[in-house]
Amino acid sequence: MADLSINFCGVKAPNPFWLASAPPTDKAYNVIRAFKAGWGGVVWKTLGEDGPPIVNVSGPRYGAWHSQDRRVMGFNNIELITDRTLEVNLQEIKQVKRDFPDRALITSLMVPCTEDAWKAILKRVEDTECDGVELNFGCPHGMSERGMGSAVGQVPEYIEMVARWCKSHTRMPVFVKLTPNITDIRWPARAAKRGGADAVSLINTISSIMKVDLDRMSPWPVVDGEGSHGGYCGPAVKPIALNMVGEIARDPETAGLPISGIGGIETWRDAAEYIALGCGSVQVCTAAMVYGFRIVEEMISGLSNWMDEKGYRGIEDFRGLAVPRIKNWENLNLDYAVKASIDQDLCIKCGRCHIACEDTSHQAITQMVDGVRKFTVMEEECVGCNLCAVVCPVDDCITMVPLADGAVDKRTGRVIGGRRTWLQHPNNPMAKEPA
Amino acid sequence: MSRQPDIAAGRLTGADLDRNFADLAPPLTKLEARVAAERCLYCYGAPCQTACPTSIDIPLFIRQIATGNPLGAARTILDANIFGAMCARVCPTETLCEEACVREAAEGKPVEIGRLQRHATDALMADGRQFYRRGAATGRNVAVVGAGPAGLACAHKLATLGHAVTVLEARAKAGGLNEYGLAAYKATNAIAAREIDYILGVGGICVSTGKALGRDFSLGELRESHDAVFLAIGLGDTNPLGLGDGLSGVIDAVDFIAELRQASDKASLPVGRKVVVIGGGMTAIDIATQVKRLGAEDVTIAYRRTRAEMGASGYEQDVALASGVAIRASLMPKRLVGADGAVVAIELERTRTEAGKLVGTGELETLACDQLFIAIGQSLVTAGLVEAGIRLEKGRVVVDAEGRTSAPGIWAGGDCVLGGKDLTVAAVEDGKQAALSIDRALSGAGAIAAE
Ligand SMILES: Cc1cc2nc3c(=O)[nH]c(=O)nc-3n(C[C@H](O)[C@H](O)[C@H](O)COP(=O)(O)OP(=O)(O)OC[C@H]3O[C@@H](n4cnc5c(N)ncnc54)[C@H](O)[C@@H]3O)c2cc1C
Ligand SMILES: Cc1cc2nc3c(=O)[nH]c(=O)nc-3n(C[C@H](O)[C@H](O)[C@H](O)COP(=O)(O)O)c2cc1C
Ligand code: SF4
Repeated sequence: MADLSINFCGVKAPNPFWLASAPPTDKAYNVIRAFKAGWGGVVWKTLGEDGPPIVNVSGPRYGAWHSQDRRVMGFNNIELITDRTLEVNLQEIKQVKRDFPDRALITSLMVPCTEDAWKAILKRVEDTECDGVELNFGCPHGMSERGMGSAVGQVPEYIEMVARWCKSHTRMPVFVKLTPNITDIRWPARAAKRGGADAVSLINTISSIMKVDLDRMSPWPVVDGEGSHGGYCGPAVKPIALNMVGEIARDPETAGLPISGIGGIETWRDAAEYIALGCGSVQVCTAAMVYGFRIVEEMISGLSNWMDEKGYRGIEDFRGLAVPRIKNWENLNLDYAVKASIDQDLCIKCGRCHIACEDTSHQAITQMVDGVRKFTVMEEECVGCNLCAVVCPVDDCITMVPLADGAVDKRTGRVIGGRRTWLQHPNNPMAKEPA
Repeated sequence: MSRQPDIAAGRLTGADLDRNFADLAPPLTKLEARVAAERCLYCYGAPCQTACPTSIDIPLFIRQIATGNPLGAARTILDANIFGAMCARVCPTETLCEEACVREAAEGKPVEIGRLQRHATDALMADGRQFYRRGAATGRNVAVVGAGPAGLACAHKLATLGHAVTVLEARAKAGGLNEYGLAAYKATNAIAAREIDYILGVGGICVSTGKALGRDFSLGELRESHDAVFLAIGLGDTNPLGLGDGLSGVIDAVDFIAELRQASDKASLPVGRKVVVIGGGMTAIDIATQVKRLGAEDVTIAYRRTRAEMGASGYEQDVALASGVAIRASLMPKRLVGADGAVVAIELERTRTEAGKLVGTGELETLACDQLFIAIGQSLVTAGLVEAGIRLEKGRVVVDAEGRTSAPGIWAGGDCVLGGKDLTVAAVEDGKQAALSIDRALSGAGAIAAE
């Protein structure tokens, strides 16, 4: 049996599956249920400074993008940080950590951008004996209008400054939660590292308008006839988040900086992908909100079965293994060629590959052969783009078969072999490296 | 035999009857429709569309449902098949579009095309929006004989093309077998009449009921008063059993179904306790199933050939079996047994096929029955056709690829023509194609001389 336990910046947990700071971690009641269900850790719903509690809208605060059968593909919210008092939250955190000493309990924080404000709250959080703090520089709605959340996360200098304050005022590990609402994720990550952060967590939600209510002519969800942009998350954001994680993992300036991966994780497989890109823990919000806490059972059993199958004894055995294979485009092998191949026994003759290639790609798939409906690839036209395989509704029916060394590419007439990247390619006037 | 026939009305009443004659395939809910629509792969050169006799653009209408545009979907359907609402309910999709669906090849479970078509057409029926308008008047007039699906599909298309149309119908109501023949649990909520109202809503079609060809007018007269004639009289007669059918309790299935479809209270229909149905087509299945659902205790279909050779599809047979009907194959009628002028049993002989020919084995079996329904095929009433110069073959009207008969200016389609498929959808396509052909002929230079 694979060992799923982790030690993330000194924070230990029986498994890498943590709940992200959000409604599932808003109070003791939820967190206790989550721990009983098997979650390895939680990041408590973001706390703000002492004072009158936050006020949320009482209209709808969540929206979703549904598939036709109403699976939630994307999720969005205009909720603010916790709307319960600081004191109540801190008492509960303390009690829960005491009752579940083996689980990771991180407290998420968001206070105004002054050293005193951060210093004050850190002291009170330390009293709870929780395992660490996560600085929420991510929420793109509401709090950002008050100079917090993504308003800080979008300015690397602020990130560095606040991280440094925090590191100097607490002995606890400090994670910085990044906003994806920036142009290049490496800048805020580098800033967090410079400020002394122990880890980065990403992504927080993406600024979004879910849809427009065409009857009320308003962004949806509609709050008394109007709407506001919200934060987007759920399965739809995973590819964006994976790229951001990958960028940080392979950036020489931040290489080795621990990462807690977040965004669209629903299954063990999603989690494994984040870990393969270097994450030491993963966080989940939407999937828990949609399906409930019990999804962690599948995550634990799925990941451990897969690890057993692959012979990985622990998380560290495969963490980051995919990072070295993320390349810039200019480093890809331009001498490599594939051709689409359609398995005629599996083909159900829907014709989608044909029309996709015919209308929008390279006119490389037949529709009729000798008067019968038949879809075959004309290798002399196929550029191996993968579009047909993407649109094919049957698993493994269309595959991209690499041409062997020495074979002739019927489209270009070129003999396959060698390995030239753009940097060495004769068509590149700026080619530097010798072919 | 000294049995007294046990025939009674009201074997079932109220809620039982309502349940038995409710929709065979209930409408999809909005969610079900979306999920079903999502399964469509939006095939290119879609096999389902090729398999549909009216060539409905199925991938398009399903995509329209999926995107929340059911009225657009209905328009796509009706543009190809003006009887889209009824066809959604009665087409044997399992041998047409759904059989061709690539999902059938992939998973043995096709997209539910028929039910999706119903979803779209139901939305239109509820909305009532009229998509069609009479075309600019051409000054031509066309007579249509018979107001079944073939006749009305032709009339509708002609009207949209601007021709004035007179439909002459022998019965009291328009609709043909849609109104008088299809199984009641397929045509619930007066859909036949509502659909026809919609079709006639185009304008420019005058329907005269109670007007029978051969009784009230002749084809010759029609040709004189109209620029073209479309003959769509279906099959007005049924084949007799030929075993001395004079006994009471021996009933023509098509007649009984017509009565059932028109009955304001189904409990008023007298049915036997034990019932035997002779035949193997859709009519045999429908009469057996409906009589069973009226409350007959014991209903048996006796068919002279094997199950696989039955005209009714496997799906139709399953409907009967699931309703509690027994299907006995390889039994051919030999003799009726009567008592006091009423049928009380039928004697059947076992059959087998020898060198491609059906032969009796000599083994006999007697099935007691209070009612015996005959459903062994319909036939064309030919009176008045040959005189008009219409060539017949095998008891059906001969037409060319465009639906032209051998008599100039007279087209024909639907069940009455040779090579017909005896399906509502095929009749609709015949009507549509004949209308297009008539339109070409009438707008062509020579037109058709009323010689
Ligand atoms: C019991 C039964 C069940 C069936 N079930 C199905 C089914 O589930 N699915 C399916 O696809 N098909 C089914 N069919 C077949 C389908 O009903 C026919 O193929 C279709 O109705 C043929 O259309 P039509 O317009 O040619 O003829 P019809 O529908 O028969 O219409 C002919 C019209 O012409 C009129 N007429 C006849 N003679 C004259 C005259 N001399 N003068 C004036 N008018 C005249 C008739 O009154 C009638 O209105 C069934 C048939 C039967 C009998
Ligand atoms: C309703 C809701 C409220 C959230 N509130 C917070 C918050 O208070 N603090 C925070 O750091 N992130 C918050 N998030 C962001 C999540 O922690 C997480 O980063 C994001 O949802 C992406 O993960 P997912 O795709 O698994 O949902 C919230 C998300 C949702 C859906
Ligand atoms: S890989 Fe691209 S070019 Fe080749 S057949 Fe498929 S769609 Fe066409």
